[in-house]
Amino acid sequence: MKINRRDFVKAAGAATAVGMVGVPHLAFGAGKKVVVVGGGTAGATAAKYLKMADDSVDVTIIEPNEHYYTCYMSNEVLAGDRTMDSIRQGYDGLKARGINVVHAAAEMIDPAAKVVKAGGKDYPFDRCIVAPGIELLYDKIEGYSAEVAETLTHAWKAGPQTEILRKQLEAMPDGGTAVIVAPPNPFRCPPGPYERASQFAHYFKHHKPKSKVLILDSKQKFSKQGLFTQGWEKFYGYGTDDSMIEWQPGPDAAVVKVDASTMTAETNFGDEVKADVMNVIPPQRAGKIAQASGLADDSGWCPVDKKTFESTLHKGVHVIGDACIATKMPKSGYAANSQGKVAAAAVAAMLKGEEPGTPSYVNTCYSIVAEGWGISVAAVYRLTQDGSTIAGVKGAGGLTPMDASDEAHRREVEYAYSWYDNIVQDIFG
Amino acid sequence: MAKTSMKLAFLAGAAALGIASAASAAGPTASMLSNTCAGCHGEHGNSVGPASPTIAQMEKEAFIETMEGFKTGAIYSTIMGRIAEGYTEEEIELMAGYFSGQTYIPAKQSFDEGSVKKGQKLHDKYCEKCHAEGGKPVRGEEDEEYYILAGQWTPYLQYAMTDFQEKRREMPKKMKKKLDKMIEKEGDAGLEALYAFYASQQ
Repeated sequence: MKINRRDFVKAAGAATAVGMVGVPHLAFGAGKKVVVVGGGTAGATAAKYLKMADDSVDVTIIEPNEHYYTCYMSNEVLAGDRTMDSIRQGYDGLKARGINVVHAAAEMIDPAAKVVKAGGKDYPFDRCIVAPGIELLYDKIEGYSAEVAETLTHAWKAGPQTEILRKQLEAMPDGGTAVIVAPPNPFRCPPGPYERASQFAHYFKHHKPKSKVLILDSKQKFSKQGLFTQGWEKFYGYGTDDSMIEWQPGPDAAVVKVDASTMTAETNFGDEVKADVMNVIPPQRAGKIAQASGLADDSGWCPVDKKTFESTLHKGVHVIGDACIATKMPKSGYAANSQGKVAAAAVAAMLKGEEPGTPSYVNTCYSIVAEGWGISVAAVYRLTQDGSTIAGVKGAGGLTPMDASDEAHRREVEYAYSWYDNIVQDIFG
Repeated sequence: MAKTSMKLAFLAGAAALGIASAASAAGPTASMLSNTCAGCHGEHGNSVGPASPTIAQMEKEAFIETMEGFKTGAIYSTIMGRIAEGYTEEEIELMAGYFSGQTYIPAKQSFDEGSVKKGQKLHDKYCEKCHAEGGKPVRGEEDEEYYILAGQWTPYLQYAMTDFQEKRREMPKKMKKKLDKMIEKEGDAGLEALYAFYASQQ
């Protein structure tokens, strides 16, 4: 009987099961190396859950920053309700679990040689998990660049950008206009620009009541639109002449050009809009390393096998989080966390030569619209039979109902804070 | 001999694998399902608060009853109804098994120290019969259902109590009788004392 390696592993497993002495050098996953590129929500989760699934796997995270500032809840920092410290996470928890954390920028993933190049060193892997987040496409807006973003912030990656924007809002005179340029789909955190507008208005209401927020959107509709509109009407006079928030839809309002020296934005329609503070969230695609390593397709995002998150372009490399094409799952923190767990389980199984199990995915996303008034969207996902789509379970999930009581909205804020505290513990703890 | 046992082993392996793949075709494993809860309910179901409840070591039947209650709307919720509807009965059972097998870590939270003694007295008088040992997760008598109160997050207990009192969630008859009696004698201060007692058990 001729047996290949895979059959032999099966046989060895069965032999152990029937009481024979195990074969030590076939110990499950032992000595296998996994390199995780990117220590954000998806990457850190995957590293932790992989280590929990199989302690014998040698897991290394390559992440340039020593601290990670979460995008979620950073809108509350902009409003002054939270400190930067409260959204800063570190890697001590992961190190204590035996995960190697290397602070370097990955330059290239070579799927053929199975090596990640970072900071002049080579990190070999049996499997690689890439969680690079997003790259901001400054050049899609004329006059915008990484340098200009020091003035016209994006604040779409939390950290120093968040601090600059907060200071600008503080320095803005009462009666000023803060413009938010909202990006086209798909982009990180679909409800984010609208929660941000809410948080600006919340700050202005208490400190600069004559001020306004103007959203210049590329899109004609947006995430949780009905609920945001309801909240804005209730708290910020939305729809009246005195509204603190104004939303102008695309394609007319899409911003094509910005000028930092005159603080103006030019729309697709040709209007010139003057701002006192301008927050420009540009179009996006999968993070740079994914582009450099040939993991993205023409869309700019990374196609993957939805069961394992293994790249369909390069075997042995998995892409998770905002960078991957996860069909119906949004580019949210909870989705990234959930994908990290599914990928970790798949990688742990594949390293042992086993068939990965059936995945289950969840998204839960809160937005804080006003003081004590939160809204949410949730979904449970399953892989469709043909493996093509991560689809929401029918009859489940959805939004906070439009007729929810104030008590329900108050609880949603408390649950949003619980969401935050628990998810960062789940990712970095 | 060696050859035979190898062949047997291979057959056994194939059979085992057959079972495994049949199981995986049926659905995700208990840990795959349960890990998705951690983002709100904490690692292994131990919430770090401030409001979402710890579900680690939740009694199996209590877990199933609660999830089914969320699904039908019999138990009021903000978000859990929408999530519970995403799971089959079998999946809920698997999750119930997973969480009942975890170890409960009482919440680290502040409480009114002056009310703890009174809370304990009230608990002993009105609640202990069903919520044994101060509302701890007791694995005493077999098949006995329990609902954890000791060390649970206070905001969550307050929400649940409000839902019972405002008839958004049906109260068991025995509980209603005892609670009505307690409120009649002690008023809302009695509830506050109970919350302090439960929160004090860390």
